Amino acid sequence: MDDLLKVVGPQALGVLVRRGVDFAAAEDAVQEALLEAVRRWPDGEPDDPVGWLVTVAWRKHLDVVRAESARRRRELRDHVEPAPGPAQQQDDTLLLLFLCCHPALTPSSAVALTLRAVGGLTTRQIASAYLVPEATMAQRISRAKRTVAAEGVSGPGDLGRVLRVLYLIFNEGYGGDVDLAAEAIRLTRQLSAATSDPEAAGLLALTLLHHARRGSRFTPAGALVPLAEQDRALWDTDLIAEGVAVLQRALARDRLGEFQCQAAIAALHADAPTAGETDWPQVLDWYDELTTFTDSPVVALNRVVALAQVDGPRVGLRALEAVPDDVPRRTAVAAYLHARAGDLRTAGRLYAEAARQAASVAERDHLTRQAARLHGA
Amino acid sequence: MAKYLLLKHYRGIPDPLPGTDSPMSEWTEQEVADHIAFMNTVADDLRERGEFVDAQALSPEGTFVRYDGEGRPPVTDGPFAETKDLIAGWMVIDVDSVERAHEAAAYLSSAPGKGGRPIHEWIEVRPFLTEVPTVTE
Repeated sequence: MDDLLKVVGPQALGVLVRRGVDFAAAEDAVQEALLEAVRRWPDGEPDDPVGWLVTVAWRKHLDVVRAESARRRRELRDHVEPAPGPAQQQDDTLLLLFLCCHPALTPSSAVALTLRAVGGLTTRQIASAYLVPEATMAQRISRAKRTVAAEGVSGPGDLGRVLRVLYLIFNEGYGGDVDLAAEAIRLTRQLSAATSDPEAAGLLALTLLHHARRGSRFTPAGALVPLAEQDRALWDTDLIAEGVAVLQRALARDRLGEFQCQAAIAALHADAPTAGETDWPQVLDWYDELTTFTDSPVVALNRVVALAQVDGPRVGLRALEAVPDDVPRRTAVAAYLHARAGDLRTAGRLYAEAARQAASVAERDHLTRQAARLHGA
Repeated sequence: MAKYLLLKHYRGIPDPLPGTDSPMSEWTEQEVADHIAFMNTVADDLRERGEFVDAQALSPEGTFVRYDGEGRPPVTDGPFAETKDLIAGWMVIDVDSVERAHEAAAYLSSAPGKGGRPIHEWIEVRPFLTEVPTVTE
């Protein structure tokens, strides 16, 4: 009988595997059936031993599958269903955002954790968006989780911090298969829907308006196109309309903030049919508003550009003297204003200097081209 | 969220701190082992912080190669490097600020050498040119 089992066992196993049963599970089932055979066959061997074994093994297998799925259902039910008690009436997304933007986290950790926990991106996607190894991003995220777990939730979350993290995500360049700008807008929409804060709406409007102009910011070859030279037919008018509507509702609340001011400036640019028709006096007014909320030197530099459009390059150059030397793009602005004022030699020299200070390849190439253009002039 | 290249140089660096320029060949076996172990610890710590991107060591021998016209073999000069500067290896990190990049470079520079004292090696820190932020005006 041992010899018989050695022959029919593998045959039964083959039948089960061919029926699609996973190899390990099929082997278990056939082993069970063989045990039954050892118990019963001494009383009378079946006419078709292989058929008998297959039938018994198949039944054993079905029993295991049913028991497994029933167990999984029970576990899932226990895991997913909350314990009985009073239901909590609050938006969990908001809570999660506050947790992911915890003050104890560095900006890059907050960004990574937000994208993972609220955005639902995989660690691999986040790593490829930020061009770091997946293991590095995994470490950053698990470290952030540990920090948040150790610090816990202390008091109400800081909405301003959440907004800054979302803005960081929007502004970050990306090299992977995930569009971080679109992801930031999606999360800002959720946030804006979950809170009535006008600054959340301001950030949403700002990101929508900038995103709308994205298709025109670079040539197909990747060269930077400055705002004044962009093809406005490429701007997404639906996004602009939505951004303006969101901004108007926020402004009507009469609780002005930094993001609403920036969105207002972006809206004025988006609204101009040509660069020449930009309402620079209003842009300048909004920069004056913006400087009451922030003493950022970058804002001060941008205000100089608007001022020069309104009162001329000489006034702009005088105002530029108050902007600290180490502000990024200051030299580029100086070059632009000297060119406008007709001092092409100085402008060319400054463009070349600005190119050396540029923080990106596209910007460096753009400034080098400007310098080269004036070199020939 | 900005990448920096930390460069180690064979030569071409500024003057060393007095008393820290004894070459590795004059160290004891244990001192060399401690130095290498420390370098690995720095990489592990950066990995654990989620800041490590890449690190490689380079051979001191390099060759200068030049295009010399259609259909002609490349011209080589060397293998002797004529430059006063020679790069020994690099580490790439992704950190939140330039201050943090300097801190990490200083940590790398504090590796123990002869007598277990820090070698105070110069590390060059160079920022990567990155993508342009969306918001410019």
